[in-house]
Amino acid sequence: MPTFNHSRKNVINVIFVVTVLVILVRLFSLQVFSSKYKVLADDQGIFRKVVYPDRGLVFDRKGRVILQNSIIHDLMVIPSKIKGTDTTTLCEILGIDTAEFRKRIITAIIKNRSYRPSVFEALLPEEKMAKINENMYKFAPGYYLQERPVRDYPYDAGGNILGYLSEVDTNFLKKHEGEGYVSGDYAGKTGLELSYEKVLMGQRGIEYLKRDNKNRITGRLENGLFDTLAIAGSDLHTSLDIELQELGEKLMTNKVGAIVAIDPQTGGILAMISSPTYKPRLLTGAERKKNYVELLLDPRIPFLNRTIGAYYSPGSTFKTLQGLVGLQEGVIDVNTTFFCPGAFYGCGRPMRCLDPGTFSLKPAITHSCNTYFAYVMQRVINNPAYPSLDSSLNQWAHYMHAFGLGHKLGVDLPYEKAGRIPTSLTYDKIYGKGRWNFCTFRSVSIGQGEVETTPLQVANEMAYLANKGWYKTPHIVDSIEGGDRYGMLAAFNEKHIAVHIPDSIFDAVHDGMQGVMESGTGRYAKVPGIEVCGKTGTVENSYKGVKQKDHAFFAAFAPRRNPRIAIAVICENAGFGASSAAPIASLMIEKYLNDSIAGKARQDKVEQLSKLNLIPPRLVQALRAYDSTLHRKDSAYLMAKGYIKIARDTIGMEADDDSEGLDKLKKDNSKEAPKSDSIVHAPAAVLTDNRKILGDSIQKQPAE
Amino acid sequence: MMQHKPISKRIDWLMIWLYFIIVMIGLISIFSVEFKSGDDFFQGILGFEKNYSRQAVFFLFCLVLAVFILLTDSKAFTAMANLLYLLGIVLMLATFVLGKEVNGSKSWIPLGFMNLQPVEMAKIFTALALSKYLSLPDIDLTKPRAQFIAAGISFAPIVFSVLQNETGLALVYFAFLIPMYREGLPPVYLIGGASLAVLLIVTLLLPTKLLVIILSIIAALVIFFMRTTFQRNHKNLFWIIGLWSVSCLFVGLVVPFMFKKVFQPYQADRIFSMVGKDNPFISKDSTALLNPLKKKPVENYNVKQSKIAIGSGGFFGKGFLKGTQTQGDFVPEQHTDFIFTSLGESFGFVGCAVLMLLYLFMLLRIVYIAERQRSVFSRVYAYSVAGILFFHLAVNIGMTIGLAPVIGITLPLMSYGGSSLLTFTIMLFILIKLDTDRQMVLR
Repeated sequence: MPTFNHSRKNVINVIFVVTVLVILVRLFSLQVFSSKYKVLADDQGIFRKVVYPDRGLVFDRKGRVILQNSIIHDLMVIPSKIKGTDTTTLCEILGIDTAEFRKRIITAIIKNRSYRPSVFEALLPEEKMAKINENMYKFAPGYYLQERPVRDYPYDAGGNILGYLSEVDTNFLKKHEGEGYVSGDYAGKTGLELSYEKVLMGQRGIEYLKRDNKNRITGRLENGLFDTLAIAGSDLHTSLDIELQELGEKLMTNKVGAIVAIDPQTGGILAMISSPTYKPRLLTGAERKKNYVELLLDPRIPFLNRTIGAYYSPGSTFKTLQGLVGLQEGVIDVNTTFFCPGAFYGCGRPMRCLDPGTFSLKPAITHSCNTYFAYVMQRVINNPAYPSLDSSLNQWAHYMHAFGLGHKLGVDLPYEKAGRIPTSLTYDKIYGKGRWNFCTFRSVSIGQGEVETTPLQVANEMAYLANKGWYKTPHIVDSIEGGDRYGMLAAFNEKHIAVHIPDSIFDAVHDGMQGVMESGTGRYAKVPGIEVCGKTGTVENSYKGVKQKDHAFFAAFAPRRNPRIAIAVICENAGFGASSAAPIASLMIEKYLNDSIAGKARQDKVEQLSKLNLIPPRLVQALRAYDSTLHRKDSAYLMAKGYIKIARDTIGMEADDDSEGLDKLKKDNSKEAPKSDSIVHAPAAVLTDNRKILGDSIQKQPAE
Repeated sequence: MMQHKPISKRIDWLMIWLYFIIVMIGLISIFSVEFKSGDDFFQGILGFEKNYSRQAVFFLFCLVLAVFILLTDSKAFTAMANLLYLLGIVLMLATFVLGKEVNGSKSWIPLGFMNLQPVEMAKIFTALALSKYLSLPDIDLTKPRAQFIAAGISFAPIVFSVLQNETGLALVYFAFLIPMYREGLPPVYLIGGASLAVLLIVTLLLPTKLLVIILSIIAALVIFFMRTTFQRNHKNLFWIIGLWSVSCLFVGLVVPFMFKKVFQPYQADRIFSMVGKDNPFISKDSTALLNPLKKKPVENYNVKQSKIAIGSGGFFGKGFLKGTQTQGDFVPEQHTDFIFTSLGESFGFVGCAVLMLLYLFMLLRIVYIAERQRSVFSRVYAYSVAGILFFHLAVNIGMTIGLAPVIGITLPLMSYGGSSLLTFTIMLFILIKLDTDRQMVLR
């Protein structure tokens, strides 16, 4: 019966065909319809490696490199491969014991598994790195050295200007979504590094690498067919003179204050010193983390760029501007004189003056006569040409704004502060509408009271005077290699001329300022062979209601004809301006204009000034307390808790932005008007830093 | 008679070509699993260090054996069928003594140059023995006695296989239902088997109590609608009640028993992971004590990786040696049981479809060959080969794409491994040899 069941072959064939069809349908749905598996496969099988381009360099005005890249090495370990390596030698070189060694290996395994590389010691110092490299054969293949690019500062100066890099945090990533940053990246945190991050960072490349089931890289995908190349960051050419910057930092050693020097023709900043500052090299290399925390907790707030982030009353340097306004408004002329019996009695309670006498504009500036400028401003405010006090005061404020005060100048550095020029609104808020007159704010006429300026604004004010009626926005960067693609420099070419004042008026003021240098308060700031126009300032200030030693101010430009440098110097609590601020400015001017300091006497002066210690006693006290904690090696928590508070109390740091903080000022001023209590307002950023680094403990403290 | 024709004219060359093509595809796939860019190709080939070069050597050895088989007398196979079957049983028993443990099962006999798996070889012997038995005159598979003996021959190796922890391989023996069906086994066995499989899957998916209720409702409904027929024929009622009680027993007792006592926990896990559930039969306390960290069965990982590799291939595939999943060793056991994933990733749906059609063509060709045999022996043998091949193919591919549980079954002619390649070569070439004597009546 061989053919009895012949037809059953068809059934069997159908079973075979149907089964294969089912498989094919399933394959089709897996491979063609579903994209899920493609995504899963790419996720686990392909590694997108970001290739970091070299960051852009920064040059000074003479083409010297002031910020560049260099390589530092990390010692990496693959725990699964360290069997048989010479651990003893390694520990000896690194100066660690076996317990520490074991701890690190265990940490590495917990963090990255034993077959993947982890950092064993980051940022090796030169000599350790050389020793390890020499003995590498003893450590391979469990250990290897990995290059890491870091920033390098050939002149070790200008830390506050150049800024530093830091690892990006979640906030940053949220803000810059889609710009290619991933966690672990470094980005500019302050200074030029932050302002020009877009330009400096260059364009990241992406390499597609193949990865295996243990997350190890096995090669390039398709030999790099899909890779994109990294493009190096663009270089910045700045207007800084790095030697001038170095000199400035040297002169400001052991002083609290600031120097700003501007080229009036271009608005380019020549030097910008905030003191106390820090050496930028502290923030590269092996000790970075330790140094960073120390600097952050230092009560002197070295990270604060006082030139743009701190407020000072401009003091007598402000008088030059009052002269301009008086002449322009026609309430005085060059020959108008006022008699000063030793004080200004125009408002009942006398406002003291140094030299009694009868003054016209030029000698008034030369001798810095308070009475004269009080009268001038009184005339401006009570000018019958204006219908009300409000309008005349606002007209006055309008002039001040035109001179670059009371608003952010737009310098290419982050965290610039606006300063303050009072308007009718200011006094309405403080005293109520119609309940004030000139006498309420008479001290404004001599640059005290509600006037607040940053040192940059004062230097810019000098540039304005030097140019006889215009200024260009002060800036650090002149040009960007490869063109200004983002239009970041466009604003720096514009001449700001808000009011037109005839040259003759400026000449009168210049005369007065030149007189200051020759026979007035600025005799100590004379520069041999150069016609300097300057103005000293002595700023009264108090801290927590206690009167402190005056701030010394000096502002100048030189040479008088064809000015090439405008400068402002402030030394906090230095007393009379002529002894510190003025000679510092004179040395700076000489250095810039003549390219060197001539003569032994002048050179000795540099040394003498740099040794002069003007750190105010209350800061010395805070420092001592801070140092003792460092020695006690308390946890970061304790340091944070105690010493940020000290720092804040000492310098009067504030977390809020001042242009909005009128309410607060009202409170301060109503207590101690007209003298301002707040000497320095730290930018919010500094405080934010502290919070970030030191954790939640800070945030629990209420901001003052 | 056509016996005077030379053997080369009588050989079914189409089968030989199919055999060659599939083995070559297998070699290329194994190569692509192992070869990493930068490896020295010739070093790999000549050094015999790599699986692909070793597989090539196995292949050459198989070719020698194939020629040898083609030169033997067909009568030898009928004559030795029962003897070989006995030898197979003895070898399987020998593993309990000589066996080498590989992956938790003691089913391998080390031979020095390779490890032999008697369960694999026994498939051939069983096929021959079954053919021998069914080719006896007066065998009628509709009779219980013949059914019993045929089932005994076919399923005896299952017992040894299960004892060796090779449940997966044991299942292959159910493939002999195909030749038995062709030779007259009532279709009710196939239907019954299929129904049982459906019931099994439903049991895994639904809670037992619910299933018993559903079965009872169905039975009640059937009785209700057929109540008029019972008066004429009482047997129907008994049949329905009988089926209902068997189903309930199966659901309530047999399946739990199988999963608790017969299957190893890992096998139960695999089967459950296929239907996407955790194994409910495992006694919680014992696993918790033994392996508190194990949360998901490992097999989930295999199937997931296998699906990712195949699924990411797309329509045309990523190209030869360009599969990221293959190159990254993501698929475990990729060169053996999961060799299909390598092809699927590199050559995509097109490659998979071509391979599937090649296999289908081979299956249909074997059925065609079977039907042109004069002797029952050759026909049964051919159907046995078709059945075994089909079962391997369906289960192996099924497990790589998540249609079948992961049981260690190789892809015929493609998977790495001497035992598997040797078994299928011998099996196919015996068929080709028998086919050359298709005009002869072998007994």
